[in-house]
Amino acid sequence: MPVKTMREALTEAIHQEMERDETVFCIGEDVAGCNGSAGKVGSVGGVFGVTTGVYDAFGPLRCIDTPISESAIVGAAAGAALSGMRPVAEIMFADFIGVCMDQIFNQMGKFRYMFGGKNVCPAVIRFATGAGFSAAAQHSQTMYQVMTAFPGLKIVVPSNAYDAKGLLIQAIRDDDPVLFFEPKALYQEACEVPDEPYAIRFGEASMPREGDDVTVVAFGQMVGKAAAAIDSLEAEGITCDLIDPRTTSPLDAETILESVEATGRLVVVDESPPRCGLTADIAGLAADRAFHSLKAPIKQVCAPHCPVPFSPELEAEYIPSPEKIVAAIRATLA
Amino acid sequence: MSLDKESLLRAYRQMKTIREFEDRANAEIMNGQIPGFTHLYAGQEANAVGVCEHLSGRDSIVSTHRGHGHCIARGADVIGMMKELFGCADGLCKGKGGSMHVADLDKGILGANGIVAGGPPISVGAALASKIRGSGEVAVSFSGDGSVNQGTCFEAMNLAVVLKVPAVFVIENNYYSEHTSISYAVGTDDLKARTEAFGFPVFVADGSDFFAVYEAAGKAVEHARSGNGPAGVFCEMGRYYGHFVGDPQGYRAPGEVKALRQDSCCLKNFRASMEEMGDLNSAELDAIDDEVMALIEESVVAAKSAPRPTPADVATDVYVNYQA
Repeated sequence: MPVKTMREALTEAIHQEMERDETVFCIGEDVAGCNGSAGKVGSVGGVFGVTTGVYDAFGPLRCIDTPISESAIVGAAAGAALSGMRPVAEIMFADFIGVCMDQIFNQMGKFRYMFGGKNVCPAVIRFATGAGFSAAAQHSQTMYQVMTAFPGLKIVVPSNAYDAKGLLIQAIRDDDPVLFFEPKALYQEACEVPDEPYAIRFGEASMPREGDDVTVVAFGQMVGKAAAAIDSLEAEGITCDLIDPRTTSPLDAETILESVEATGRLVVVDESPPRCGLTADIAGLAADRAFHSLKAPIKQVCAPHCPVPFSPELEAEYIPSPEKIVAAIRATLA
Repeated sequence: MSLDKESLLRAYRQMKTIREFEDRANAEIMNGQIPGFTHLYAGQEANAVGVCEHLSGRDSIVSTHRGHGHCIARGADVIGMMKELFGCADGLCKGKGGSMHVADLDKGILGANGIVAGGPPISVGAALASKIRGSGEVAVSFSGDGSVNQGTCFEAMNLAVVLKVPAVFVIENNYYSEHTSISYAVGTDDLKARTEAFGFPVFVADGSDFFAVYEAAGKAVEHARSGNGPAGVFCEMGRYYGHFVGDPQGYRAPGEVKALRQDSCCLKNFRASMEEMGDLNSAELDAIDDEVMALIEESVVAAKSAPRPTPADVATDVYVNYQA
């Protein structure tokens, strides 16, 4: 099977869905690139390169550059989705949600409920998420944990190239608004990805490691770090289930609870700050529905309650490391 | 418009300092010494200096992601700034902010800014504080041609008119918002008229000419400081580097940057003006060049040997009096 980076897998998903369905189009800042300039229009393909070749393949009506106007981009996607199209909008850094928040959660996310279930709103909004590049406090946040709190939005956080392709195809085909968070630290990470289109259903976790002693739930960039932590403990005879929910809304609670019931121990890992976040959410789920299976206190591994720092030394402390995950796993076994 | 010798020397020194700071920052990024995303201001120095030479005391500025020039022009400590770019513990923001978040509140620098058009509303607030206190300061927001398409920019301009506050909106047109030309991204051919429709005057200047910017900014600052409400300054000048360091710049015409560097250099223009006017001789300007080069070298040497932050610093400074 061919090996592709997450960036290539995402690009392939967009091309294949645009080929399949002529209502799909891309919109955002520099998704084509070079408009109005001396350069070749379409030669940028998004600041992260995910819409590479889309302009050349599908033309200016289906690969639309915009001014720097995030509220208008999201609103235009939402309105087009209400009007029979399937937009794939790019907002570049997830931090820029701050600029267009109303259009996302007050408008797009509530249409169906407010309108009594009469409409669909099949818009996808893509973001690059997460830390790791010293991009500092306004270009490094995860934000998916915040957006998970809003009913009406589906939230996707892939952890590898294979999942990224299948989840993005599902996001485009899905009739609800989907926020699609691409961990920017993983764009260049590669794995086997089939050439043909395939969809991964939302609300179905994957389990990249299986074991007996501890359940580890991790999101996005943290899945690889949790896997490294788990693998480092194997020599000691400690084995863990590693659960990657892949979508935080809907959430595959059953897979998590089944695993916790079997192991009796839970570690939850996310790179967001701790308050009102995903680790607390999953810990609450287990405490509520699997309390009597627990043999030890649940451990949460997350970033500290602070903005993402610039300095590499501080950022390294900010992002949960395999060492911190190992320590949490050991703590549940102590 | 008359500038005394001291002012002329200071303006040239500021522009030269920005140029050398940016060229050296670029070199250190290429060497792998400076982490993160950095956006360089070289080429546009006359904008920042032409505006900030009208500011003093508690006058404030709010800057952008391309903020080094504005901060230097308003008087930020150059060594502290270079240390901040390197992420040092004793950088201007203790290594927590980096290039995109340089701030020096004591100097009236309310921060560079990572969000396009994040700054204009903040400067309206600073101007409002001045109006309420009756203290006479003006608040300047620098933003680029990309920012003029953001709702926050429109809202700030309208609010400044409604509240009649001493805000000055400096729009620096460097022709590209990231990789897209202003000719595509701004729907009107007459951005000055669109901006003036908010209800304040806009003064236009060639951004490669310090004296032109100084004159335009003087009118805008005077208008705001005199209690007439906000004013605008539009400067046009291309950037010598890409949107960020590492940008392949496929949107530029062949030779575009070379031509900018040759024909639209505020330092060369300044020297030519001095030759014509006879206010300063080239030896005086050469001496400034040498001092600036020494300062930039000193800043890099200091940054490379400065203390690094430790893990214990990560969650400090989040609040005034509470640490989670």
